[in-house]
Amino acid sequence: MSSSGLPYASAAAPAAPSSPAAIPGGSAAAPVPTTDGRAAALSSPARASAPGVLPAVEGGPLADEGLVQLLTPSGERVSHPEYDAYVAHLTDDDLRAMYRDMVLTRRFDTEATALQRQGELALFAQALGQEAAQVGSGRALKPQDHVFPSYREHGVAHVRGVELTQVLRLFRGVDHGGWDPVAHGFHLYTLVIGSHALHATGYAMGVQRDGLVGTGDDERDTAVVAYFGDGATSQGDVSEALVFAAVNQAPVVLFCQNNQWAISEPTTRQAAAPIAARAPGFGIPAVRVDGNDVLASYAVTAAALERARRGDGPTFVEAFTYRMGAHTTSDDPSRYRSSEQEEHWRRRDPIDRLRTHLEARGALPATFVDGLQAEADAFGEHLRTAVRAMGHPSAASMFEHVYATPHAGVEADRTWFETYESSFLDAREGSHR
Amino acid sequence: MPTYQQFPLPDAGEGLTEAEIVTWLVAVGDTVEVNQTIVEIETAKSLVDLPSPWAGVVTRLLVETGTTVDVGTPIIEIDTDPDGTAPADGPGGASDERASDEHASDERASDERASARADEPAPTTGAVRHVGGGLRRSGVEPGGADEIEAAREARAAASEPAASGPAASGPAAPEARESVLVGYGLAEGTGARRARGDAGAASAVTPAVAPAATPVAAPSRPTHALAKPPVRKLARELGVDLDSLTPTGPGGIVTREDVLAHAAQAEARTLATYPGDDQPWLASGTVSSDGRQTRVPVKSVRKRTAEAMVTSAFTAPHVTVFHTVDVTRTMKLVEKLRGDKEFADVRVTPLLIAAKALLLAVRRHPEINASWDEDSREIVYKHYVNLGIAAATPRGLVVPNVKDAHRLGLHELAAALGELTSTARAGRTSPADMTDGTITITNVGVFGIDTGTPILNPGEAAILAFGAIREQPWVHKGKIKVRSVTQLALSFDHRLVDGELGSRVLADVASVLADPAQGLVWG
Repeated sequence: MSSSGLPYASAAAPAAPSSPAAIPGGSAAAPVPTTDGRAAALSSPARASAPGVLPAVEGGPLADEGLVQLLTPSGERVSHPEYDAYVAHLTDDDLRAMYRDMVLTRRFDTEATALQRQGELALFAQALGQEAAQVGSGRALKPQDHVFPSYREHGVAHVRGVELTQVLRLFRGVDHGGWDPVAHGFHLYTLVIGSHALHATGYAMGVQRDGLVGTGDDERDTAVVAYFGDGATSQGDVSEALVFAAVNQAPVVLFCQNNQWAISEPTTRQAAAPIAARAPGFGIPAVRVDGNDVLASYAVTAAALERARRGDGPTFVEAFTYRMGAHTTSDDPSRYRSSEQEEHWRRRDPIDRLRTHLEARGALPATFVDGLQAEADAFGEHLRTAVRAMGHPSAASMFEHVYATPHAGVEADRTWFETYESSFLDAREGSHR
Repeated sequence: MPTYQQFPLPDAGEGLTEAEIVTWLVAVGDTVEVNQTIVEIETAKSLVDLPSPWAGVVTRLLVETGTTVDVGTPIIEIDTDPDGTAPADGPGGASDERASDEHASDERASDERASARADEPAPTTGAVRHVGGGLRRSGVEPGGADEIEAAREARAAASEPAASGPAASGPAAPEARESVLVGYGLAEGTGARRARGDAGAASAVTPAVAPAATPVAAPSRPTHALAKPPVRKLARELGVDLDSLTPTGPGGIVTREDVLAHAAQAEARTLATYPGDDQPWLASGTVSSDGRQTRVPVKSVRKRTAEAMVTSAFTAPHVTVFHTVDVTRTMKLVEKLRGDKEFADVRVTPLLIAAKALLLAVRRHPEINASWDEDSREIVYKHYVNLGIAAATPRGLVVPNVKDAHRLGLHELAAALGELTSTARAGRTSPADMTDGTITITNVGVFGIDTGTPILNPGEAAILAFGAIREQPWVHKGKIKVRSVTQLALSFDHRLVDGELGSRVLADVASVLADPAQGLVWG
């Protein structure tokens, strides 16, 4: 465990000059499948600038060198030659809206964790610490875009307008998720690690075939995002998705939140080089972004989505962040990581960063803060009440979403099941347990 | 009016069945907020803080610190409407207890179960045993300590009627998590299948509404006295025969006051006490009724230590060998290293050299670094040394170990030992730090003790006791000199370590301590 001390803390020095090369501009039009990309990334000490090749990073997978950053940990806005343009239109109102999203997401996290501890939920996975990566990237989406989340994307769900109590139906074990994935452009949570990277890529290939890419019509051109974690990159599925996305030029953004922990397995045990450095080997340009910086997360995702909608193919985004909470409520991180490390990241809290920035600009009036506090409290109360009142869905609902169109076999099953159910004496009272 | 809510122990992980109450962070009478942390529990997986589901006033703590209870057991009662007027009937008739007993009664509840079950056979439980009729779940009122008992009885009883009971239309699941009052049936469905109509296959058609829940009628003077578990415990402590009392409580139950009144008459004066003798000696303890003993629940580290020691002492046949050795040269080396710039950032102690000496001895005799696998009838030789150090901490004895100590140089070993002890003293030793030790040192010398016969850390084959180092007359090069002398003791598991091996290991340790230069030869 000593190796997971804080090697990245000291690797800050010569960061600035390397960042423009994070996404090789030249690769945008025709990404070059660089067979030597990985070797170059691993061995060349020079700041590589060949197409699709990530600059070499000495610090291994945890280096914070070369991360795109627009807000420093102390909330200071720094300029970036490539990405400034993507946030230029954002007003203080927009920033406050992002702040609100992040605060409400965190409240959701806290409340759901408490509900699990009170026996109301079977399990819960916190997004704690990853709010900036989620809200920033989520806000860069357009209504027609489609998201394939894992099971920790509460911030994205919130931004996509999913009523978060629906998410809790899953964690309470009464439903697989009650929202309409099409209406929100937000798929159901996927609990299997990494498999949805393939679903997203396949969906993106469908979008391509529907002619919804590269038309130049802003309302029409569509991108797809797969959210997954650092641990998922160790799964074959993710590598397969990278292959398919690359060779098909699928309009998909592979958004990896590297929160540094795959349950108890640190990134250092799963990658020797930054995770993003793999993508160029597949022929996919990659960018590493400070995932605790909501502005940078927004900008980098917006750029990647634009590429996808233009028809220029996939992008791999590694949002470098930290899982401040446990893996799930069944996990105890104090068994495998140090409190020093947790403290280091607590000082880099994404919400604090945006708040400091807004305060410095004088753009966070007390009325807004108080109003948000009250809203968060009411939201917490709403979650508690809603979860405790959740009933069981009727058993017959299992037949409802098997196929998109009517299906004779399913109909026969449903008819049999209804007869069977009505044979119970208590069925007359209309109760389903 | 006050609304009493009871919080059942949740499953804080996935599929956990029980947890230990480690620390209550609230007391009776405290006002709590929603999501305020009220208790720390320890599950098989981790320490977990539980937040309160309600705002209100704590009226009772239903489970004593240190007790392990099943998931679903009510652990705390909170009045969620404390500004209301007096309770109409008292929840579960326990309101009379509440005023006088507060948590004292609850602390006793768990201890009382066994005896209560023995004392109290048929009459009250009869009604409970109608399980699985067509009953709807009627608003079950919290009943406190009785209720825990009742739930357990009900659970035990639930499997019985499946064989002979009237509602045996199918195999009854014996799991009944709901708490019920004595005298009330279990909720429908917790123990039996749903009843089928004529479409169902075969089995006897039973009426959907069975007369299962006939509440206990006004008791007509039963053979055994009725009393709540805390009262039973009190009676037992005071040596009062419950059956000999005239009950004054509602429904003919013996109350606490009945017992106390009887005891006051019957009791001879207690032995002379000194002022203050009736105060608990420890914050977590309770004083016996004669004011002469403090009883403290066995929990956490104490409990684990006890289990480990019993396991070790009564499975591994221990042999201990001793050796007295002149460690003057070791003391000189320690002195020298303390002045060495390279070692300026670590603590150099004789224990460090002893640790190194033991590692060298293990290297020469790897068979000592092993454990006995009873299940597979194999001896497991470890390719690595995780060197345990027994440490006294505020929470009790813990034995964290230095992982892969055999790979560490002297400076790294010193740093690892320093970190290990400071973590232990701060009470932050993690379970991972304590698992998978392969051999252990206990430094009894720090207490000024010459030596002892240590008990093996379970799963290990040897433990070295390092005694106090004293200046003593010693024959050195043919003359009597003042030398630094210590005693070493090595206990080993005779199932896999014979006297020869144990003796050689100890001799090697002594040899390095007598002349650290020997380390060069063996290192």
